[in-house]
Amino acid sequence: MGEEDYYLELCERPVQFEKANPVNCVFFDEANKQVFAVRSGGATGVVVKGPDDRNPISFRMDDKGEVKCIKFSLENKILAVQRTSKTVDFCNFIPDNSQLEYTQECKTKNANILGFCWTSSTEIVFITDQGIEFYQVLPEKRSLKLLKSHNLNVNWYMYCPESAVILLSTTVLENVLQPFHFRAGTMSKLPKFEIELPAAPKSTKPSLSERDIAMATMFKRFSCLSLPSSWDYRYGQLYVLFLRHHSRTSNSTGAEVVLYHLPREGACKKMHILKLNRTGKFALNVVDNLVVVHHQDTETSVIFDIKLRGEFDGSVTFHHPVLPARSIQPYQIPITGPAAVTSQSPVPCKLYSSSWIVFQPDIIISASQGYLWNLQVKLEPIVNLLPDKGRLMDFLLQRKECKMVILSVCSQMLSESDRASLPVIATVFDKLNHEYKKYLDAEQSYAMAVEAGQSRSSPLLKRPVRTQAVLDQSDVYTHVLSAFVEKKEMPHKFVIAVLMEYIRSLNQFQIAVQHYLHELVIKTLVQHNLFYMLHQFLQYHVLSDSKPLACLLLSLESFYPPAHQLSLDMLKRLSTANDEIVEVLLSKHQVLAALRFIRGIGGHDNISARKFLDAAKQTEDNMLFYTIFRFFEQRNQRLRGSPNFTPGEHCEEHVAFFKQIFGDQALMRPTTF
Amino acid sequence: MAAAAAGAGSGPWAAQEKQFPPALLSFFIYNPRFGPREGQEENKILFYHPNEVEKNEKIRNVGLCEAIVQFTRTFSPSKPAKSLHTQKNRQFFNEPEENFWMVMVVRNPIIEKQSKDGKPVIEYQEEELLDKVYSSVLRQCYSMYKLFNGTFLKAMEDGGVKLLKERLEKFFHRYLQTLHLQSCDLLDIFGGISFFPLDKMTYLKIQSFINRMEESLNIVKYTAFLYNDQLIWSGLEQDDMRILYKYLTTSLFPRHIEPELAGRDSPIRAEMPGNLQHYGRFLTGPLNLNDPDAKCRFPKIFVNTDDTYEELHLIVYKTELRPSSYTQSEASISASVHPTLDFCRRLDSIVGPQLTVLASDICEQFNINKRMSGSEKEPQFKFIYFNHMNLAEKSTVHMRKTPSVSLTSVHPDLMKILGDINSDFTRVDEDEEIIVKAMSDYWVVGKKSDRRELYVILNQKNANLIEVNEEVKKLCATQFNNIFFLD
Repeated sequence: MGEEDYYLELCERPVQFEKANPVNCVFFDEANKQVFAVRSGGATGVVVKGPDDRNPISFRMDDKGEVKCIKFSLENKILAVQRTSKTVDFCNFIPDNSQLEYTQECKTKNANILGFCWTSSTEIVFITDQGIEFYQVLPEKRSLKLLKSHNLNVNWYMYCPESAVILLSTTVLENVLQPFHFRAGTMSKLPKFEIELPAAPKSTKPSLSERDIAMATMFKRFSCLSLPSSWDYRYGQLYVLFLRHHSRTSNSTGAEVVLYHLPREGACKKMHILKLNRTGKFALNVVDNLVVVHHQDTETSVIFDIKLRGEFDGSVTFHHPVLPARSIQPYQIPITGPAAVTSQSPVPCKLYSSSWIVFQPDIIISASQGYLWNLQVKLEPIVNLLPDKGRLMDFLLQRKECKMVILSVCSQMLSESDRASLPVIATVFDKLNHEYKKYLDAEQSYAMAVEAGQSRSSPLLKRPVRTQAVLDQSDVYTHVLSAFVEKKEMPHKFVIAVLMEYIRSLNQFQIAVQHYLHELVIKTLVQHNLFYMLHQFLQYHVLSDSKPLACLLLSLESFYPPAHQLSLDMLKRLSTANDEIVEVLLSKHQVLAALRFIRGIGGHDNISARKFLDAAKQTEDNMLFYTIFRFFEQRNQRLRGSPNFTPGEHCEEHVAFFKQIFGDQALMRPTTF
Repeated sequence: MAAAAAGAGSGPWAAQEKQFPPALLSFFIYNPRFGPREGQEENKILFYHPNEVEKNEKIRNVGLCEAIVQFTRTFSPSKPAKSLHTQKNRQFFNEPEENFWMVMVVRNPIIEKQSKDGKPVIEYQEEELLDKVYSSVLRQCYSMYKLFNGTFLKAMEDGGVKLLKERLEKFFHRYLQTLHLQSCDLLDIFGGISFFPLDKMTYLKIQSFINRMEESLNIVKYTAFLYNDQLIWSGLEQDDMRILYKYLTTSLFPRHIEPELAGRDSPIRAEMPGNLQHYGRFLTGPLNLNDPDAKCRFPKIFVNTDDTYEELHLIVYKTELRPSSYTQSEASISASVHPTLDFCRRLDSIVGPQLTVLASDICEQFNINKRMSGSEKEPQFKFIYFNHMNLAEKSTVHMRKTPSVSLTSVHPDLMKILGDINSDFTRVDEDEEIIVKAMSDYWVVGKKSDRRELYVILNQKNANLIEVNEEVKKLCATQFNNIFFLD
């Protein structure tokens, strides 16, 4: 297996912490993604490391018993430590606030605290075996205020910080899940739902294990337009993932992952089933909107993209792995400290180790080794693993860092060795432009909303964010097409077909084609002397009218005389290029035609007499010069009451020339009344 | 103006007059180099129609032409005589390849009158024929020959005079019968192409279809796409397309329309199992794709003869939205290698369904266009437009072409005026405009602007020159507003 084959990797710079051992307890906080290394109950030090902050927070606290749970509130303002099953201790980390600990006991009698979650920098939820309690912490008063509580029997709980949803497992089978949503001091109960448990042998009691459930948000959207505040928009879609080890239907073998969609309003709905086709121990991650399923027995992982087309049976969609199973890319533990100086070779890290713990969305922790990694998806190797280009595009367009990879796929499919067929190329272009058009539309409605003054009344109106999946004409031109047309070995038929296919696709999505693409088409056609083809394209307005294009055509006249006519027609249609038309006609010595044209559109009172007289003189046709001269004399008479030219018109030279040829008496006399 | 000539045969004496249209008297091809010495004159003659003419007369006629051309060459070395006018006929000369001469002799139209004593008096109308029209017809004869046979020189190289004579005989024997000299007019001078107006998106779809087809059927070299006898796309160069278009629209398509109109459906479709519903079929090549013995004989055509000299096979494939419907699209395809039956089946399976879909797209467009223009009431004018640059031609004067005659909706005298104006235009390079008052309230306007020509026939009682001028301006503004047409 070559290195280019691995499509999953651990991040290069993991968070390193002291290994877990009898004196050092390690905790992970999913909300802040921080690792706590608590030595001797905190007496000999607590070190907190997050993925972003390279400077760890370290402090000491008194050893008041075994630490069960330890977490900072958001922004590291307040530390909460649970040491007993009834109480949680707090300590302010806000400057100027007392750092003395204070304690909160759970309100429900005889309840045991299962754990707690921070939902903001000062709001905390206690989860007990008899319900949940929602508190506001008042750090300056060193006390807590109960905001709301709810009683129900709880087996276990799960928290998704991205969507601020806590899921509580209830009932004997543990499979009825009750979600709560927290936001700015409010707690709302969402409809509960039941996870269908697989049929189990009668002897064993079926139950839903916490280990088989995960929560993740996917497909966070960036454009929010005029729609009411909606959870789905702001946080992405919340999914509850259930790892079902044995299918409910006996005929299918292998485990599967069931995805329940938990909307902000309305009931939870079973949406997708990911077929794993194997059994054993699994772990789930969600990376870049992909569900990653690790399989410990084979030490490989597979990925699923629920946005890709699956088999829909009327209620749920079945998905198969996007790609063949592969191991995470082998990882070398970096040598740090003095050992790095010696030429000791780095130690390969044991992947899929039983000591790994996986957290959502993309975190893998090896407590025994003292590392926290983010799992990452590598897109380049996937290009070769997914031969269906349409599916590949669908896949890539959903990924965060897709732009350069997509452009390289485009270049590759136009290369001599890996040339794709035109229908495939068309499909790829259509997919790109579909995405591009969606963005343009969002931009446009945003601009219109701003213009209509909605920006003040609706604070939700945000400028649409341009993701990497938006590949505009300039991207495709710069990175793909301009190099492609330069390739000498390419048959020109293919080059032109590809350019036309791109233009067709843009037109199909009603995207205005940029001038440089038209120029590219013209350049290619001219290079191969395919003027008749060019003529036909222009005839059917495939190449849209523009001044630069008209000028380009004018420059082609010496190679292809009809280009002159095409250019003039185009200038005429533009209707803003009358000056250009006059210039073109004058340059062709068609002085009379130019004058008739400008008179036809009513612009003859504003033209420069000198320009026309110059052109007329150049023709060396004296009668023409006479006609033009007379025309301007009449214009002068009409506008100023005298046929004479004003000094500002700089026509002295022409008056002299006129006199020289036709004599003084030929000059028009001022009309006298 | 020439329009003074009789206002059509509708007077009380019409019954006593008989008119005979112009007719082909003879047509021959010779090369003076092939029989330079006395006694060898017969060798010069490569083709002579009618063949029954006595040998010495053939030699005499050829000799006369040779002499006239030689004689006029002394006055104008680069442009020897193009035609010779006599009382009874007109001779047209053309040298399409060096030393190869084609001559066409056309009898002037005749009016047979009854004289007072009851004897018929024959009157030749010497001034009726237009040189430009018949010179163009003669040039077209060569172009058509060349399209299907290649150049004279190529035949000489391939098999000497014998082969050339065989080819000429085989081709012209049939072709001359289709000339219909009585209905030749301005359109023969232009030799234009009628383009089908289409929106950009549909056009791009057609482009895309052609490119894909050429990619998957790689022996296809060029493709032309037509709809209702109008051209939409040509991969061939302009000159080759011009003559191929002439062949397709005046010969091949009409031949295939007539049996259809008679209600005979093509027999192929019904029995083709697993075939998508489409009404595509080959106009050249195999009739029945299911017949394993079907002959895949396609006419050969020769294109780019000045340059790469390509010998190709002409495949014409046609689909209809419904059998025997008027709307149809044809793809004429030129392949480099001899197409096999297997190839034909592949082509049928690829092109048939897609072409049918495209045809319905185009048909939709066609109806939109018709609706848009249909709202106007019958216009008071008829016009012919031609652009030398792209050979685009548009005529509301001519009715639909049939294989035998092209029908015009105006009187021949008016057509002749159009021809005269065209001759005037040819003499000068400048843009100009000619307005003629013809008989019976007709006005004829000719406009020439940067290689474009427009001829308008107006029927307005008591209109004056200014009103006619205004009327034509209006016409230009509505019909030609997207091109640069000088007022």
